[in-house]
Amino acid sequence: MSAPATAAPATPAPPPPPAAETVTVKVNGRTVQVPKTMPDWQGKPQPTTMLQAARLGGVEIPHYCYHDKLPVAGNCRMCLVEFGTPALDPATRKPALNADGTPKIARSILPYEPGTARGAIACATPISPGMEIYADSPATKQMREAVLESLLINHPLDCPICDQAGECKLQEYSVEHGQSASGFFETKVHKPKAVDLGPRIMLDDERCILCTRCIRFTKDIAGDDALGIVNRGSYNSIAAFPGRQFDNNYSLNTVDLCPVGALTSKDFRFKMRVWFLKETRSLCTSCGTGCNIVIGSREDTIYRFEPRENEAVNSSWMCDSGRLNYKWMGRADRLAEVRVRGEHSTWSVALPEIQAVLAKAPRGSVAILAGARQTTEELYLLKKLADRFGAVTDSVPRTGAADGFLVAADRNCNTQGARLTGIWSGTMGAQIPRIAEDIRAGGIRTLVVLGEDVTRHGISPELLASLETLVVSDLLPSATTRAAHYLLPGCAAAEKRGTFVNVKGRLQKFLKAVEAPGDARPELEFLWDLVEGGVARRAPANIEGIFNQMVRDVPAFAGLEWARVGDTGVTVPL
Amino acid sequence: MFESVQYWDPAAQFVLFSALKILVVFGVTLVFVSLSVVAERRVSAWIQDRVGPNRVGIPFTNIRFLGLGQMLADGLKFLLKEDFTPNYVRTVYFWLAPAITLIPAFLTLAVIPFGSTLGNPNNRMVIANLNVGILYTFGVVSLGVYGIVLAGYASNSKYPFLGGIRSSAQMISYEIAMGLSVIPIFLLVGSLNLGDVVGYQSGGLHTWLVWKQPLAFFIFLIAAFAETNRLPFDMPESESELIGGYHTEYSSMKFALFFLGEYANMIASCSMMVTLFFGGWTPPWGAEAATTLWAGLGHLACFLVKVIGMMLLFIWVRWMLPRFRYDQLMDLGWRRFIPIALFNILVTAFVVALWQR
Amino acid sequence: MVVDRKPLNWWERSYLPAIAGGFRVTWRHFANTVFRRKSVTMQYPEEKWVMPEGYRGAPYLVSDVDGHTKCVSCQLCEFICPPKAILITPPGPAGMAADRPNAEKMPREFEINMLRCIFCGLCQEVCPEEAIFLQKDYSLTGLARGEMIYNKEKLLKLGGVDTGIQKWKQKLDEAREQEVFPVQGSAS
Repeated sequence: MSAPATAAPATPAPPPPPAAETVTVKVNGRTVQVPKTMPDWQGKPQPTTMLQAARLGGVEIPHYCYHDKLPVAGNCRMCLVEFGTPALDPATRKPALNADGTPKIARSILPYEPGTARGAIACATPISPGMEIYADSPATKQMREAVLESLLINHPLDCPICDQAGECKLQEYSVEHGQSASGFFETKVHKPKAVDLGPRIMLDDERCILCTRCIRFTKDIAGDDALGIVNRGSYNSIAAFPGRQFDNNYSLNTVDLCPVGALTSKDFRFKMRVWFLKETRSLCTSCGTGCNIVIGSREDTIYRFEPRENEAVNSSWMCDSGRLNYKWMGRADRLAEVRVRGEHSTWSVALPEIQAVLAKAPRGSVAILAGARQTTEELYLLKKLADRFGAVTDSVPRTGAADGFLVAADRNCNTQGARLTGIWSGTMGAQIPRIAEDIRAGGIRTLVVLGEDVTRHGISPELLASLETLVVSDLLPSATTRAAHYLLPGCAAAEKRGTFVNVKGRLQKFLKAVEAPGDARPELEFLWDLVEGGVARRAPANIEGIFNQMVRDVPAFAGLEWARVGDTGVTVPL
Repeated sequence: MFESVQYWDPAAQFVLFSALKILVVFGVTLVFVSLSVVAERRVSAWIQDRVGPNRVGIPFTNIRFLGLGQMLADGLKFLLKEDFTPNYVRTVYFWLAPAITLIPAFLTLAVIPFGSTLGNPNNRMVIANLNVGILYTFGVVSLGVYGIVLAGYASNSKYPFLGGIRSSAQMISYEIAMGLSVIPIFLLVGSLNLGDVVGYQSGGLHTWLVWKQPLAFFIFLIAAFAETNRLPFDMPESESELIGGYHTEYSSMKFALFFLGEYANMIASCSMMVTLFFGGWTPPWGAEAATTLWAGLGHLACFLVKVIGMMLLFIWVRWMLPRFRYDQLMDLGWRRFIPIALFNILVTAFVVALWQR
Repeated sequence: MVVDRKPLNWWERSYLPAIAGGFRVTWRHFANTVFRRKSVTMQYPEEKWVMPEGYRGAPYLVSDVDGHTKCVSCQLCEFICPPKAILITPPGPAGMAADRPNAEKMPREFEINMLRCIFCGLCQEVCPEEAIFLQKDYSLTGLARGEMIYNKEKLLKLGGVDTGIQKWKQKLDEAREQEVFPVQGSAS
């Protein structure tokens, strides 16, 4: 049981596997040893490309259509680079040498126009031994300028109204590699704007640079071949097949993939400019997968979720339903004040009272129902509290259909965390009918509920009314919160720090993005107060300390440390 | 009703007329003080190519009266400001100091003959016709320094303290020069009574003592600048180095009293100079004591015009000259004016002795 | 640098020439002001200074010649504003009826807190739509702080009409010529 957890790789970048075969190439004059093959988007080994080799050599070659997680298309031409290969002596068919003994390099040239460099697209050209990649040569720069100018010919340059502005590859490369002026003085081709592509996607055909990332994603990753290119020449445009809607549950990933502002999210449309958004590393709480996300927030308002790359969990993707599941956090009816028997109160009044009630409760008269959406640390503290009073604890199962890709059947985000900390064992939710029975029989007089509406899970409002003490912490009002004697407003995941353990045993941490409304406090803090004996002599709750304490008490977490959990988490034995 | 007064007991008449004169002089002085503040601001503005306060007239109308309403506005402002006493001051002295500054300035005016008579030869236009008038004046003027020193001490704060020290040194120094400068006058007149000094000069412009004693006038004038803490000798206040000197900690009406004191002192000095050097109430063509009411009023007006002229000189000098350095001030007082004044006494005494022989 | 201090001769040391000079200078100014009315003071509320060209006063939003809002709510001014005086509420996904053909985006609200504004002109500099200009107002007053927060309506009213380019109209005309109708459902 106490096997040490495995630490996650520190960097999510494509790890160079210790391949037996390596190839030596030169990137911008620097010799680099690269593996002969590297995994492609499906993980199959494929010959290493110039783009990958340059990246390993520390040079990022600009690109639009290439994406690590997608099949290579090679249609944007942005990654054109000049290169050279070792020259062969035509007579001997042996490698030609320079006077100083170094291999002679033949630069790639246009066959019909010797003297002009011939570029190759770095994303799709495999390397060969002795190859030299000139990622910064004048010829390469000229090629990039020309490609950019070409891409901008029909681009409307409506950045002021484009949601992509600020995170737009076209903007970035135009600044880094482009020219300040265009030689194109004719009228631009106009295409439809604000095209409704699906329930969550808006298409602006003018802005599209036809990289086909979206087409490849939806066909090859999401498995819903919904998009294609129609019309010819300058009138090329992206469209959904006739009669089809681009409406699969992963469609919003194409918005992230789109290097320009052609595909934009209807949800995020015109809501906020991206440069105002504070980015916080967090986790999606919509199911047991625990997709890694970045929360974009400004002034304590959450504007969007975006997936964050984690090879062990969600690759670079997330589902639309999880991505859009953030709006409830800003709801006006969020619980924001401490209430004691329906009256407004304060933490410093309510907590000592709860403590006194719990201290007087006879053993076995307390039950705790904790939602499996609480953080592992909170559940651990709850379990400590429960052990002190011999309380029965359980959690509420919540399931749905798994889609075979990211969405898990378990819709609680911390089911495994609740199990590992001992909130439930055996069958989740099996204790609930027993608790209901004990309340009816009068055995259980005090019930503590965290983040669940128990009236919908077998404990009726009448039963709740018969309790001596009902302590409830939740985020949104429900029948349970209305019945509570002590109502303690809690925090959503985006409003606190903590860890979740996903269905596969990946323990991941998330950080705080926004402030909680009103008087709401992270559950961790007030549970700590209850466990550690009151407001007066408590040391402040601190997540690092509680996590490290939990690691000592929970065998599955042995050897972990808050500081070592990292951005992508660690896998713990279930 | 007024007819019956002349049948009163002479002592009662004396008390009545003295009380009336005191009230009138007091009132006129206060009005003059307010006017001179406005005049100061307007003159300084004109000298500096500005316009100056020209807006306040009769409230709620467009009548502006050259901005003379400013004096009422200023007074009202002083009355309405918070009268603040810092908690670290020596309270009793702090409250006493402004009064002590103001009172001597008014007391000086008691011996100034501001007119001849109003027709009745027994009722001379002077509040106290002392035969030691000038000695009284110097005695009272030297009291003025106590108010300032006390203010500096009571404020219990470094800038007022420095201001108080400067003030005491400066006023004592210049009092000597001032006192010495007027001795030749009395050598010539042969009396300490200011009425007699005026009488000596009543022959017209050419008999004014300023012609006979220009040196005395010059020293007296400059000493008067120093005594009234006016620029170029306003070391005790000097805003740029001592914030406000002795009145730094004062606000509202207490500050206003210092302000009044300074201008009342100016008026007193000017009256004294007019009396000593410019023939007092006599018009430039000479005059005997008035025998009719109108002539008496004319003499009063004549006195006021001369005082106003002197006041304008005071104001003008303030906006003309920069502040002296403190050592230059002391140097001027002790090493220039006192020897010159002594020399002047000697020469005058010599000439008078020769003349009388 | 060493400045030689010229020793004063006895005449100068008597201060008399300096005093005479002082009288001369002050009298000249006095006479100029009193008799020749050459005071430099401006009687402010009645007389007003004529703003020079390029004067940077309060920033206001402008309308185009058709009376439409030029601002597209790109929020660059909000971003660049050093004192954070500008607060723009973007239209959001529901959008709002744009008052200009071919305008996909308009600010739902545009507020400038004139108490914070420092008239630096960075908003004008950064605006890609030429929709905000520093104009010649410099004396903005109000009886409450709330009055000093100018909303879109007020800013547009104060800003007047700008006769410059109409970028979006030009795009629309081009598109119509090509028989493409870029933004469906927008007012024309």
